[in-house]
Amino acid sequence: MGVIEPVMPPTPQRHALWVRICHWLLALSIFTLAYSGFYVLMAHPRLYWGEVGNDLTPALIELPLNDNHRPEAWQQTVTFEALANKPISASRTMEIFNENGWARSLHFLAGWFFVAAGALYFALGVITKHVSRDLWPRRPHAVPASAYSPLQRYAYTGVAFIVLPFMVLAGLAMSPQVVAAFPALLSVFGGHQTARTLHFFGFVVLLLFVVGHVAMTVRSGFGRHMRAMIVGR
Amino acid sequence: MNKRFTTRRAVIQGLASSAAITLAGCSTSEPPTYGNVLRMGDWLTYNAHRLLLPRQSLAREYDVRDISAAPAIGTTDPSDSSQTGFVQEFAEDYSRFLHDGFDDWRLTVEGSVATPSSFSLEDLKRMRSRTQITRHTCEEGWSAIMQWTGVPLRAVLEAAGIKEDARFVQFHCYDAFVDGIDMLDALHPQTILAYGMNGRELPIAHGAPLRVRVETQLGYKSMKFLRGLVVTSEFDDNGPYGMIQNGYSWYAGI
Repeated sequence: MGVIEPVMPPTPQRHALWVRICHWLLALSIFTLAYSGFYVLMAHPRLYWGEVGNDLTPALIELPLNDNHRPEAWQQTVTFEALANKPISASRTMEIFNENGWARSLHFLAGWFFVAAGALYFALGVITKHVSRDLWPRRPHAVPASAYSPLQRYAYTGVAFIVLPFMVLAGLAMSPQVVAAFPALLSVFGGHQTARTLHFFGFVVLLLFVVGHVAMTVRSGFGRHMRAMIVGR
Repeated sequence: MNKRFTTRRAVIQGLASSAAITLAGCSTSEPPTYGNVLRMGDWLTYNAHRLLLPRQSLAREYDVRDISAAPAIGTTDPSDSSQTGFVQEFAEDYSRFLHDGFDDWRLTVEGSVATPSSFSLEDLKRMRSRTQITRHTCEEGWSAIMQWTGVPLRAVLEAAGIKEDARFVQFHCYDAFVDGIDMLDALHPQTILAYGMNGRELPIAHGAPLRVRVETQLGYKSMKFLRGLVVTSEFDDNGPYGMIQNGYSWYAGI
């Protein structure tokens, strides 16, 4: 036939309805997890390695978020002389910034949403082959030019199948009830405070991903991408 | 406290209480009952733990070499009027105990028990004892390892006789806080009423003469300065003295 197909610029991915719903549910829950998690961190902005860490022990990292850690806030009251390492105990004499009452509850509410939406995404992603066709890293010449690039594929699969599940496991490793039931989880992470520190590092990685993800969207046509992720075209 | 944060909390509490109206129909006698949208997550966590996790698994116990520095926070002396939760009547009693070395102190056990009873510190020390080196996991984010010696809560409840309808144990304290746990945690082998810490008498700042240790939940459930136990058949949020009123989850097994 004599008609020549016009060369069109690569169009953004057409997103199925379930992809769009899962994307926004996950985006909302991850934003809420980050927001509430940061409030929880602010109550004690010190990070440690191993099982134990508190205001009376040295920190691995001290984040300058507030003045909750003040040596003058602690009155030494007792030394347990009979024990080999003579542990001390001290009483806190000042109020600290602590919004954990609502922040932790919001964190877990968002966590449940995240787990539900993540499970739905994973199940449908496998059933519809969205994961294997569109996301899983493969050789560049094996896919059409309009599809995700290798770097995008590594970033998406790395976040979806490594970083986010890791965050859930590191979070569970901080739960007294869960690690009582599954002590191996605590052992794998190497202790409660190590899990907490790694949970924070995971947050930093996700923050970098979101910054990159949003920057890429803006650079390659924000309106077009938003339309694709909201109405599907 | 920064005013901006206080305002934000007020907004969230406002949102939460408006959600409470829509959730009122979901209210039951099961915990958490507090009709707050933020509590739906806590409710899911509590029920998921009780449904999915093996019952009464033991929290990890450590070696004596692992015992660490241990902060004491919250109320560190109920007779000090500058501290939160100060109640004049309790403070006077507690000052007298400090003076007499807790000779007059007694733990009352009431509610759904066959024989409402009270126990002196000596009575409790004569019962079977358990010593455990466990990690205290503070809701703020820090942790510490300490050794605790005390009487299993189960032994005290059994001495008073647990009735069939018993479902919760409430802890009433000299720093005016009241909080509770369900029977599963109350009868957990590591849930003890501790009178010793790191091989010594329990220091005042850590809850002398007696505190509870709930090793499967966050630190705030391990109430200090015990005054009495009330066994109940129904959930009680303990009004202004309960942690829920401060925004904290009733279930802290997280």
